Amino acid sequence: MVDAALTENFAAQGQLSSVALSRADMRFRLFTQVAAIFVVIVFIGIMASLTIGAWDSIKAFGFGFLTTEKWNPVTEIFGAAAPIYGTLVTSFLAMLIAVPIGIGIAIFLTELCPRPLRRPIGIAIELLAGIPSIIYGIWGLFVFAPAFQQGIQPWLIDLFVDVPYLQDLFAGPPYGIGAFTASLILSIMILPFISAVTRDVFETVPTMLKEAAYGLGCTTWEVMWRVVLPFSRAGVVGGSMLALGRALGETMAVTFVIGNAHRISESVFAPGTTISAAIANEFTEAVGDVYRASLIEMGLILFFITFIVLAVAQIMLRTLERRAGGAKP
Amino acid sequence: MQNRGLYIRRKMTNQLFRMLSVAAALFGIVWLTLILYSLITNGIEGFSLKLFTEMTPPPGEAGGLANAIAGSLLMSTLAVLVGTPIGLFAGTYLAEYGRYSAVAFVVRFVNDILLSAPSIVIGLFIYEILVVRLGHFSAWAGAAALAVIVIPVVVRTTENMLLLVPHTLREAAAALGAPRSHVIRAVTWRAARAGIITGVLLAVARISGETAPLLFTALNNQFWSTDFNQPMASLPAVIFQFALSPYEDWHHLAWAGALLVTAAVLTLSIFARVLGSKRSS
Repeated sequence: MVDAALTENFAAQGQLSSVALSRADMRFRLFTQVAAIFVVIVFIGIMASLTIGAWDSIKAFGFGFLTTEKWNPVTEIFGAAAPIYGTLVTSFLAMLIAVPIGIGIAIFLTELCPRPLRRPIGIAIELLAGIPSIIYGIWGLFVFAPAFQQGIQPWLIDLFVDVPYLQDLFAGPPYGIGAFTASLILSIMILPFISAVTRDVFETVPTMLKEAAYGLGCTTWEVMWRVVLPFSRAGVVGGSMLALGRALGETMAVTFVIGNAHRISESVFAPGTTISAAIANEFTEAVGDVYRASLIEMGLILFFITFIVLAVAQIMLRTLERRAGGAKP
Repeated sequence: MQNRGLYIRRKMTNQLFRMLSVAAALFGIVWLTLILYSLITNGIEGFSLKLFTEMTPPPGEAGGLANAIAGSLLMSTLAVLVGTPIGLFAGTYLAEYGRYSAVAFVVRFVNDILLSAPSIVIGLFIYEILVVRLGHFSAWAGAAALAVIVIPVVVRTTENMLLLVPHTLREAAAALGAPRSHVIRAVTWRAARAGIITGVLLAVARISGETAPLLFTALNNQFWSTDFNQPMASLPAVIFQFALSPYEDWHHLAWAGALLVTAAVLTLSIFARVLGSKRSS
């Protein structure tokens, strides 16, 4: 009602009739609505088209696809166990490294860093997120892997050679490339995501709470551990899940340094593969419908895993946002 | 004096914790420095005019990256031209019309998933719906894959920026009798312009380094091509191919290309940040 009155008023000034004007108004609204729904259509389209593309493989292997380690293009027997395992292991290791360090950076930036340095250091960390993943790949392959192979890897293997369990984990010839290298590079890549989100949620902690704790004589560590972290737990977990989503789907950086071997090894130094690396490497050369469908099915599995992780991340971050009363945009 | 021990322990823990978090910050900065350092030292020798004027060479010959640079520019431009309006409109719906509706809730959720979805999956999606249908790899498909990456970035920043526009501005315009669509176009979009442009720049930065979605859409092309029906070279795809090859000359070109891409992306994102921070201050 109000809208119609407004439209009439406005139209009286110009040459347009109020009907034409309100029609234009409706059309604009419709455009925005269609665009918004288009986003959902793309999402559904991704799931539908991948399912259709993967159909040959779903039909041929069923659920066994998830548990078979064999990957043989000649006999056309495919199983995704090795790439799924590789994806999960590399992402897990990357999180193990990146979460504590990312939180450490966020604490440094919010509590310890001298004010004038805060912005430059914050930007420097965020630039790590800006560097394209292929750059991490080429750097990992040509610079990091050789240095790691000569400097650190033999030392690590020697160090754990007599320790039960760890000797298997850090076994094998030092190739330089492998699951561990991939994880380390992944952890550098997701670091800025964790530290950025964590810093933002740390800043939503009311200053009053922190000051009260400091007033009681708490040290910085006690304030962080007993006040800030419990208050912002959901946000930190949400940010980490967001980073995990990135790590799971990361392609180029991993493809360069993982070694592309379809097998499950106990040692983190052994070459392996991940879902995205296998697709990137083999897709254009995949001959035969089943081969191609198998790769697409792996893409579908990857999409499914990241969907769950990202959905959980969102729910946690949304809850936090609501609690903060929309203080942050 | 039995509290003395506790006091010292607390102090030590605190010192240790402070050192660890300084170390964490150093860890991040050291990697950034190392990566940028090796990019510059390895990439700079390949930098010459030839890089921009000559085509990608066969192994063993000299050449440049002209076709790859042109391909990247063409496909990114098309992707931004297609993706920006869709993202802008969708973001506008979320901030202006939908806001609390169920549709907006779903769109927001899905959009944030797409924002972080693995880009290789987007490549597979476009492969299925375009490359398979058309029967060949093409720059159209490459641009479409990049556009799918642009859209969520623009949606997110547009919505965020529009939400920052004070409500009084909209009310003032409406009180003057402007219909809703005029209010949006003439007032809120204009007020949020810098922020929206920031979003587009960030999207450009994001797609200029994307490799995975181009591998099986635009593929690659050794020659100069501006035909969108043909496979087209792009900087990231050429870097991928050249870096994994056994040839020294190709490695040099890959490094030069890597330096070029990184310089472009970092310049764009710093520029976007400066623009964005001017808006919010």
